[in-house]
Amino acid sequence: MMRVVHYINQFYAGLGGEEAAGLSPRLLDGPAGPGRLLDQLLGDEHEVVATVVCGDNHAAGTAGVTEELLGMVREAGAELLLTGPAFGSGRYGMACARLAAAGTTAGLPSLAAMHPDNPGIGEAGTAPVIAAGASARKMRASLQRVAPALAKLAAGQALTEQDGRVGRSARLGRLVEHTAAQRAVELVLRRLAGEDADAVTEIPLGGFDSVEPAAPVEKVGAASVALLTEGALVPAGNPDRLESARATRWLRYSVDGLDTLADGDWESVDGGFATTAANADPNRLVPLDAARALQRDGAVGGLHDELLVTVGNGTSVVTARRFGVEWAARLRAAGVQAAILTAT
Amino acid sequence: MERAGIPTAVITNLVTIAEQVGAPRIVLGRGIPYPTGDPDLPPHAERAWRRRLVEQALVALATPVERPTVFEVGAQDVGAQHVGAQPEEATRA
Repeated sequence: MMRVVHYINQFYAGLGGEEAAGLSPRLLDGPAGPGRLLDQLLGDEHEVVATVVCGDNHAAGTAGVTEELLGMVREAGAELLLTGPAFGSGRYGMACARLAAAGTTAGLPSLAAMHPDNPGIGEAGTAPVIAAGASARKMRASLQRVAPALAKLAAGQALTEQDGRVGRSARLGRLVEHTAAQRAVELVLRRLAGEDADAVTEIPLGGFDSVEPAAPVEKVGAASVALLTEGALVPAGNPDRLESARATRWLRYSVDGLDTLADGDWESVDGGFATTAANADPNRLVPLDAARALQRDGAVGGLHDELLVTVGNGTSVVTARRFGVEWAARLRAAGVQAAILTAT
Repeated sequence: MERAGIPTAVITNLVTIAEQVGAPRIVLGRGIPYPTGDPDLPPHAERAWRRRLVEQALVALATPVERPTVFEVGAQDVGAQHVGAQPEEATRA
């Protein structure tokens, strides 16, 4: 029998909804929430010995939180780790994927469960991800897939598509009989014969998922709005060394009390376009002067006191998706209702 | 951002790309290197235009949308909008 530790968010632990999203990590004895059903489904084979819980905002937006959570998982004597199911939830999915990735890297057999379109899926690294439904209505069906996958993982077996595995899987080298040219022709012939194009490939490509639009702001005149940019606008001299391409991080700068972005105080370090015009007047990249004037006239309730910045030049979809989830968590925690994002 | 429930107006000159990736609220900017500026205009005209552009972004934030939708600052018809491709087409690229 193996000791399973289960990671879930504040909501599934019954500790609160959005108002409790800032909850710091905690360790509970035994199964909690969906862990009870999981424990039943695992039968006598394995046991859920502890549950690690963290609020979604805290888990998605705090530096070092993954290490802290993994420390708790270890403390509980885990021999197996399950994170989720996170269904379609972005912040939760991000946390589940990161923790499973950290566990796998540390040599602890780990598994994450979430919907294949969850924006966190790219963060799972080499940890296997099992498909869950899009929402919690699919809890039972999702756990019915997760439990046998966990048992297989416990037995040291590799998980495959047949087990419901989704997302990136390790590419393993092996000898094949036919050359790449022969295999390519064979794939073309299969496609011409009418087979599904998505299925006829050796390397599935990631696509853009569909975004459910948010509800509009009811009263813009009373709303707090944040300014964001992927145009790499930073204080002159780029003190935090933002990359000019292929961003690995985002930064935030105070615009509290500023009426305009003065030339000479700011510069764009984006390597993907000519920055002369934006540097001559940074409001051409982030419209702080206009937004501030509209705020004074009451057309917008308030402006968030931080500008959130990254560089979109060559930045991967997976990374950008992560930034989006982290930005949303930060803005929600600050009571911001809407955002204006400039893109170059 | 939108998925997390925060309506987000993207101001960009690259409307086709924004539609393809499924950004729900898109506001047409002036140029790739200066989405919220226009160095060809005299300074006061540029500032006035930028204000109308940000007003248009606020309109976008207050408008319900179901799919990628482009909002433009028109000569007279501030508030003009047209609906982009169907979501299926917009997201399959």
